[in-house]
Amino acid sequence: MNDVAISVKGLRKSFKDVEVLKGVDFEVKQGEIFALLGANGAGKTTIIKILSTLLRADGGIAGVCGFDVSRQSAKVRESISLTGQFAAVDGVLTGRENLRLIARLRGIAAPKLTADRLLERFGLTEAADRRADTYSGGMTRRLDIAMSLVGTPPVIFLDEPTTGLDPKARLEVWETVKTLADSGQAILLTTQYLEEAEQLADRIAILHGGKIIAIGTLDELKRLFPPAREEYIIKQPTLEDIFLAITGEKEAEQCVR
Amino acid sequence: MRKVKAVRDTGILFGRLMRHILRSPDTVITTVLMPLAFMLLFVYVFGGAIDTGTGNYVNYTLPGVLLIAIASGVSYTAFRLFTDVRGGMFSRFYAMPVTRSSVLWAHVLTSLAANAVTIAVLILIALLMGFRSDAGVFSWLAAAGILLLFTLALTWLAVIPGLTAKSVDGASAFSYPLVFLPFISSAFVPTATMPAAVRVFAENQPVTSIVNALRALLDSAPVGNEIGIALAWCAGIAAAAYAFAQRAYRRVG
Ligand SMILES: Nc1ncnc2c1ncn2[C@@H]1O[C@H](COP(=O)(O)OP(=O)(O)O)[C@@H](O)[C@H]1O
Ligand SMILES: [Mg+2]
Repeated sequence: MNDVAISVKGLRKSFKDVEVLKGVDFEVKQGEIFALLGANGAGKTTIIKILSTLLRADGGIAGVCGFDVSRQSAKVRESISLTGQFAAVDGVLTGRENLRLIARLRGIAAPKLTADRLLERFGLTEAADRRADTYSGGMTRRLDIAMSLVGTPPVIFLDEPTTGLDPKARLEVWETVKTLADSGQAILLTTQYLEEAEQLADRIAILHGGKIIAIGTLDELKRLFPPAREEYIIKQPTLEDIFLAITGEKEAEQCVR
Repeated sequence: MRKVKAVRDTGILFGRLMRHILRSPDTVITTVLMPLAFMLLFVYVFGGAIDTGTGNYVNYTLPGVLLIAIASGVSYTAFRLFTDVRGGMFSRFYAMPVTRSSVLWAHVLTSLAANAVTIAVLILIALLMGFRSDAGVFSWLAAAGILLLFTLALTWLAVIPGLTAKSVDGASAFSYPLVFLPFISSAFVPTATMPAAVRVFAENQPVTSIVNALRALLDSAPVGNEIGIALAWCAGIAAAAYAFAQRAYRRVG
């Protein structure tokens, strides 16, 4: 019981007459990276909003760290951090100031030190004193995630952390998320990309038609479906490989100059 | 304990927004420049042709100019709110252990502070242009109080489009008619010369009583019941706007 970080049972939510969640059940354990995989419009953001106390469910139970999201919302807010689908950083402030702002709001004793450590950990030290609206997409997202880690809340929500990012920035964010796994925090991330779930998650749930239609580790999910045929093919470079190779060179050139 | 936390949160968020203002000097300059342009225009171009029955036309125009400054200043309040709501900062704060009302109050206090600075700058410039007042401390405090209440009323009005607008332009468009209102009032010309229909409007809209009250206070003239009407308008607008703003605020996710 105590190692359950997020517990969702029979969660229902409708917008006007559109039933988006029709009884969603899943559990996320402490220290686990859990991916909620679903197409655009499946209801991933709706679940995240309910769990982060921004939206009320119509029915069912949702708990975070043993606290009920609707009745003990203040306790829940102390236990979570939300990185929404769209990066929410203050573009007028510098990266450092953004982190210090969150640290002060969370009542952290040493906001300056906390900010410095996170900047270092996320490779933002050099850009720390630049306004955040000058950051690239990947840097903005990394700052956004860094802001969510201030105060090491036990539960972290990442709503489509790489949607809208170019392939290079996506890899940057993936690296970041992988390092989070070591901190013992529970991470609930949503994604529309199979590959992202495969790369990052310990367990995966597939949200479709308002319900979880499959849940388990990657291996468990693979076993649910017909076994893969073994085939020998010559692997062509994917468009992603090509893109990364070219842009990687470009950047190397720029550095030399 | 909870109150202490609310005050602390409001203070931190207020500091953040003041930084926004300091980093976009253009917003400060525009809020001063536009009303200043009107003051220069009225004093040095139209002033000679307008018979106000008083000697000092700078004194005459100053209250109206200050109200224009506030009306245009609050459009930036709406803009900052809009940016925070649309940019996801509000959601970020709501999902944190931050007092919910602090998020909005920080914007309201920032609006009051920014407008106070604009007004102080405009009064200093007016002094250079020949504004003179022999009003005592009490009259100045009363004038400041009316200006503060007026700013508060328009700020709560600005909160509504700031929270609900669908576009940046929509968020600040509400202030255009407010900026225009002083021109159809006693702010720059005596209402007596206006055609009957316009005059009825001019004499019964809030700006006229607020301008007359401010003018009387700063010129040490008898204020009469204008001040009561002025305060009633400000308080009425503030209360109504506050109610609607709170309703809109509850709906912001
Ligand atoms: N505030 C809202 N009002 C009406 N419909 C909404 C609202 N939020 C989401 N929806 C609808 O609910 C469905 C699920 O949305 P969402 O949770 O954002 O999906 P996802 O994040 O998986 O893409 C969509 O069809 C969307 O149009
Ligand atoms: Mg979504």
